[in-house]
Amino acid sequence: MMFQHVVILPILLPLLAGALMVIPAVSRNMVLQRRLGTVASVLAVVLAVWLLVLVDHNGTQAYAVGEWKPPFGILLVADRLATLLLLLTSVLLLAVQLFASAGEDERGRFFQPLLMFQVMGIQGAFLTGDIFNLFVFFEVLLIASYALLIHGGGKAKTAASLHYVILNLAGSALFLFALGILYGTFGTLNMADMQANAALIQNDDLYLAKVGALLLLVVFGLKAAMLPLHFWLPKAYAAAPAPVAALFAIMTKIGIYSLWRVHSAIFGEHAGALANVALPWLWPMAWLTLALGVVAVLASQSLRALAANLVIVSVGSLLLMVANPAQSTTAAGLYYLVHSTLATALIFLIAGLIMGQRGKSEDRFVRGRPLAHPRLLGGLFFIAALALIGMPPFSGFIGKALMLSAALDEGVAGWIWPPLLLSSLAALLVLSRAGSSIFWRSRGRAVPVTIDTRQLAGIGVLLVALVLMVVLAGWLTAFTDRAAADLLAGMQLVLPEGR
Amino acid sequence: MEFAYALGVGFLTGAGVFLMLRGRTFPVILGLTLLSYAVNLFLFASGRLTINAAPILGTASEYTDPLPQALVLTAIVIGFAMTAFVLILAMRARADLGNDHVDGHLPPAQLSARAEQRRERREHS
Repeated sequence: MMFQHVVILPILLPLLAGALMVIPAVSRNMVLQRRLGTVASVLAVVLAVWLLVLVDHNGTQAYAVGEWKPPFGILLVADRLATLLLLLTSVLLLAVQLFASAGEDERGRFFQPLLMFQVMGIQGAFLTGDIFNLFVFFEVLLIASYALLIHGGGKAKTAASLHYVILNLAGSALFLFALGILYGTFGTLNMADMQANAALIQNDDLYLAKVGALLLLVVFGLKAAMLPLHFWLPKAYAAAPAPVAALFAIMTKIGIYSLWRVHSAIFGEHAGALANVALPWLWPMAWLTLALGVVAVLASQSLRALAANLVIVSVGSLLLMVANPAQSTTAAGLYYLVHSTLATALIFLIAGLIMGQRGKSEDRFVRGRPLAHPRLLGGLFFIAALALIGMPPFSGFIGKALMLSAALDEGVAGWIWPPLLLSSLAALLVLSRAGSSIFWRSRGRAVPVTIDTRQLAGIGVLLVALVLMVVLAGWLTAFTDRAAADLLAGMQLVLPEGR
Repeated sequence: MEFAYALGVGFLTGAGVFLMLRGRTFPVILGLTLLSYAVNLFLFASGRLTINAAPILGTASEYTDPLPQALVLTAIVIGFAMTAFVLILAMRARADLGNDHVDGHLPPAQLSARAEQRRERREHS
């Protein structure tokens, strides 16, 4: 069977592509590097679609790396949740890679290989079935993101990087403490085994396991930008180059994904005395994250800062879904996660184009130079704004409607509806203000700037993905429903038989 | 032995956290380093402490858990690489921002003290 290795390919493909790109003969040749990057990104999308169809038909695929069977080996697990997020990552990679190929990748060295390594880390984090391996892939994607964040240099980027790196290093130390505690109490770090063992933990170990679980909540909260741990985000996202900020749109979602994997599945309702151990903390923090995100959105002074604050709003909405673990909320959250990642990436890329045409006003909401392409950029901005606010006909509307109806089913509508609806109103207000300042309040004359077709192609990829999310909404919601059921039921691992 | 070991880990963690809360990048990095030492020792102990036992099955009746040792090895390598990176970044920040504070600028109290010194110097000359 050749197909049994398909599970590891989403990690190997970017690794090999990235490694090829750092070979001197290739790394000096930008044209070759870009072509290689585009080919690898397209292949990654094809691979992710294939894996998604395979997993949806044949159920969860487990892969024992090097044929070391558990409990000794490391497992890769491709279930419906993981494959959907793999597809999302590779679509994002394709868009970012195309956009950056227009010239952003020449401002510093090794942009393209770093992009590949970061995606390798992200794909690995989604695929792994072992919680220590999750830590390792976190570090892989983080070290690539450190380098990407500072790409191009400059004071703002250095200052933002310093905070980002130090905070994440402290987060990594906490992660390891939590893993040590959990290994000491569970005796395993395999997610499926931990899920099975959680109900068996007793006496003093119970308190230790609780400490471990809550430490993990802090770590994933830091990655996801949950309330007291979100201060790094606006600065880092607003300072990052446009394509990097677009790729970072998925970074907070990795924290949400880990919360689902660990706190909804391992410490879910089957966990006996440890059931839902993080919920009393998650609930108020999620609510406050959303509320504070709304205030921050209202106070934003530039398009990139606004987009970064909208990331916090989307994280708050998703955390509210995580805080109410049920099949309907998880499925709705998953749909909204995919939508909000694509929409955020889109607005960051558009902000990148707008910045290049307004001279010193950049993307701030002030009177500035008129744009060279007001119709094109205005149209794109309008679409992105509608998607972000959650207006029909775009997928944001479906995502928010799903979350509202899931909250109603769970009987928590009184808590969830007001902040969710108010956040849409705030986004509507501020995006209208942003649009009217940037496109209508202008003085002076436009300076001709050309927009590269590759930049438009990158934006086009995201637009097509957003439209597909609406066209295929019926199938996609059914799929997220199945993925949520899989996640909450626990991993059912069937290893392929060895020879 | 467990008590002494726990005390060592606790002390390292405490010192690490204290240093991490300082305002300049160098102590912060030292704090991160101490914290990563504490983490490594802690991970090592998560398989329980056993004396005079090899981490190999089947050679003797007593053996120690090999998995935490593998975990520690991974954690050490990653911690080393990350420390090297953050050191270079701190030096870059010192060059780019003109000072070694984690926020990239001097705290207001120090700024005003500096302005005071400058005014005194001007008055003297």
